[in-house]
Amino acid sequence: MAAAGALVLALCLLVPVRARAAPWQQVLHQARGETVYFDAWAGDQRVNSFIAWVARQVAACCDVTLRQVPLEDTSAAVTQVIAEKAAGDNAEGTVDLIWINGPNFYALKRRGLLYGPFTQQLPNAALLDVRDRANRFDFTVPVDGYESPWRKAQLVFIYDSAYLKHVPHGIRAFPAWAKRHPGRFTFPQVQNFLGVAFLEQALYALTPDPAVLQRPATPAIFDKATAPLWAWLDQLRPYLWRGGREFPVSGPAERQLLEDGEIDLMPSFNPTEAAADVAAGRLPRTVRSYVLTHGTLGNTSFVAIPYNSPHKAGAMVVANFLLSPRAQARAGNIHYLGGPTVLDLKRLTGSERARFAALPHSPWMPSDRALRRVLPEPHPSWASRLAAAFEQRYTP
Amino acid sequence: MRIPATTAPSVSPQMRPTFWLRQAPRVTVLLFLVPVAAGLAGTVLPAFGWLPALGGRHLTLAPWLRLAAEPGLGRAIALTFATGLTATVVSVLLVLGLCAHWHGRKPGRIGRAVFAPILAAPHAAMAIGVGFLIAPSGWIVRLLSPWLTGWHQPPDLATVQDPYGFALTLGLLVKEVPYLLLMTLTALSQLPVARELEAAAALGYGRSVAWLKIVLPRLYPQIRLPLYAVLAYALSVVDMALILGPSNPPTLSVLALRWFTAPDVSMYFPAAAAALLQLLIVLGSIALWRAGERIVCALGRRWIASGRRRSRLEPLSSLAAVLVAGLGLLGAAALLDLAVWSLTSRWRFPRILPSHWSAAAWREQVAVILWPLETTVTVALVASALAVVLVLGCLEYEQQRGSAPQARSLWLLYVPLLVPQIAFLFGMQVLLTFSRLDGTLLAVIWSHLLFVVPYVFLSLADPWRSLDTRYARTALCLGASPRRVFLRIKLPLLLRPVLVAAAVGLAVSIDQYLPTLFAGAGRVVTLTTEAVTLASGGGRRVTGVFALLQALVPLAAYGCALGVSRRHGPRRVLPGARA
Repeated sequence: MAAAGALVLALCLLVPVRARAAPWQQVLHQARGETVYFDAWAGDQRVNSFIAWVARQVAACCDVTLRQVPLEDTSAAVTQVIAEKAAGDNAEGTVDLIWINGPNFYALKRRGLLYGPFTQQLPNAALLDVRDRANRFDFTVPVDGYESPWRKAQLVFIYDSAYLKHVPHGIRAFPAWAKRHPGRFTFPQVQNFLGVAFLEQALYALTPDPAVLQRPATPAIFDKATAPLWAWLDQLRPYLWRGGREFPVSGPAERQLLEDGEIDLMPSFNPTEAAADVAAGRLPRTVRSYVLTHGTLGNTSFVAIPYNSPHKAGAMVVANFLLSPRAQARAGNIHYLGGPTVLDLKRLTGSERARFAALPHSPWMPSDRALRRVLPEPHPSWASRLAAAFEQRYTP
Repeated sequence: MRIPATTAPSVSPQMRPTFWLRQAPRVTVLLFLVPVAAGLAGTVLPAFGWLPALGGRHLTLAPWLRLAAEPGLGRAIALTFATGLTATVVSVLLVLGLCAHWHGRKPGRIGRAVFAPILAAPHAAMAIGVGFLIAPSGWIVRLLSPWLTGWHQPPDLATVQDPYGFALTLGLLVKEVPYLLLMTLTALSQLPVARELEAAAALGYGRSVAWLKIVLPRLYPQIRLPLYAVLAYALSVVDMALILGPSNPPTLSVLALRWFTAPDVSMYFPAAAAALLQLLIVLGSIALWRAGERIVCALGRRWIASGRRRSRLEPLSSLAAVLVAGLGLLGAAALLDLAVWSLTSRWRFPRILPSHWSAAAWREQVAVILWPLETTVTVALVASALAVVLVLGCLEYEQQRGSAPQARSLWLLYVPLLVPQIAFLFGMQVLLTFSRLDGTLLAVIWSHLLFVVPYVFLSLADPWRSLDTRYARTALCLGASPRRVFLRIKLPLLLRPVLVAAAVGLAVSIDQYLPTLFAGAGRVVTLTTEAVTLASGGGRRVTGVFALLQALVPLAAYGCALGVSRRHGPRRVLPGARA
């Protein structure tokens, strides 16, 4: 095992040097014929379809076969890479590319289990919007070229205006609102990222000094910072769906509750979710989504390559394609995926910019102005501590 | 322990089986015991802190302390016991009640038509369907709203994923009752039921009472093993518990899985401890069950000896029949619900049928579905074919050697069904990772084989052993070699059971969630892993597509097996032969 550890260390030291040495043509050449296993959360069919489209494109342009390994939870891919390292499998890993961010990225980067830095090799990385802090810092952790952005996400709230006239516009308004609408709101379980994101959003609004959230959470800081959150939650919880004893397992599961009419209001980390569902006929045209008055948490979705992927070149080709104006315009199109791009439109050519200008607008999305009210994600340690503390408090 | 075969096993003249045939039982046992034993070791050691790859280099009780500190652990354990034991006890009572009610008759065409798809449908698909059905916004509430209930919005009732695990228990019942019924009917077909019941009727016994007093005591030992398999399964089920069970806290097996897949690898240690605890719970429950058997047996003897001819149990057996019919209906409606959702565009509460229909889910999934479908079918075909070859080898070896089937070997075969999957699959994954096999189709096929072989064996052993020995003997007397007898006489005569066993193997393989997840390293994607992933992801239309396909593939296999055997059945081989 010591030998394996030494080997990992050696690989980690070698990788940056090798990474810088390879020009893009060589990467493209090497990628030919490779099969890239892309571990991606598969809970959203539109994303799966988008990935299937990406697979067709990279097969056509670069002879790379992309296969989505559908995950229930991204942590499964993290576990897989860690288990492979434990087994000494340092060159023939089973994961080539992961849709990742936040705590999962932190878990892998901290252990040196990611390949990189590789992003500056991608030709399309030059088009990236670097003024956007979320593209450089993933939940406060510096990206350092170990993951490549492909999508943006922000916390919004979705409701059906046919059933609901008044919605809470601030975190402090939630308990009173829920008391008037008992059982009609909930958030996913805290093991799910959206569940924790809602708690973090609340913490942001309630904690005396939000700046502490940007630093790692120590027990002392955590207890002090979260005291108002628990008091607030104690007021809110009895009026949640199922009396706050059970929570939906994920965002899509909660969306199903909204569709079934079991709840009236739900959080979502995808500003385009309501618009997409209206377009697909799943939700009525009376559905609306909005951002809280003082802004909501937002982040960037990335792709990263595990250190032991045997198809790094193919994975880089896919990461580069995801950053292409063509893929970004498709991802920004509400008919396929929708949402703001990670690119800096100023860096694009005129015709490329035209693609984005031509994107259809949807009345079911929050306004562009509202989507600019983005709060930075807390350090990943807050999410795990919040989830643990929540379980400790509220598990019967 | 009696084995489920009543025909005399020593059927053909004794001879020395060929080299390859002699290997069949050894290979089968080796394929079985090595992964289970290694897997258990790979779970027991980390449970006490020993897993050098993750820095655990000395034995410690820390994993158990961490496990004990988990909030809600007590509830999780209680929930595991409650759902598993209730589902098993109720299944047994319903099946026995129904058989007593039928007292020797066979299920009719309608009964078979309803239960066949339920038997073939994988657990995950059925759980998803039942979930659709009984949710607060599900079909049952929709049928009654608002005219009866007055609900214009779904009620805030926890009918699915309820904290007491009722929904999970119901889901288990829908799947386990037909299975147990099948096993019971198979065992019954080997008992001289009709003759004995006639004798009892002549003595003035009520029909159900006669069945309970005369048939049941002889039947029970033969369904004991399948029953223990049901008990072990119900206690440690993962896919159904993920879909229908509560999440806060979940059952113990789900908790263990959650930790095994947590980003924090140090959770492996308490996960292994939880998996080991799961094993202890299953073993303890089986011991408890045995104790229960003794008590029921003692009371039953007194009741039988009392000589009473009538009993208040008579109407209860009718009630059991009604309840089983209800479960059958529920299962069928669940599968229908899957089909409706897969074709739904919009379906708002409390409409009974969708307001907008659409084939979009099917259309969109065509491209996405091909890869998992191909993998599912490949793995299932290979695993099932291998299992049939191994089982035929074992059975032929047994006949050629002229040895009686050993109860011991049957227990060995049942080991993978009695040991909770979560307790050895993780350890097996470590083994596979070290042998560089994890994430390959081969590993998945192997892991499926552990569960496919026992079921293929169970479905093939009885018809094989009860084939009239005179065919083989005549052929041998005419100078045919044992090989020739096997290929030209036995196989064609038993084509139908062989094909049905292959279809059973196929269905069992398609059912496997956890083995695919672990051995496939998440990289081998089947319809089942997709369906469970989607079920938790919530996309009901797409889930409907996958779950329906998952149920249709095994059903198609049964259809093919029956169709082919009808076309090339024994009549074509030997006019007038009845196999």
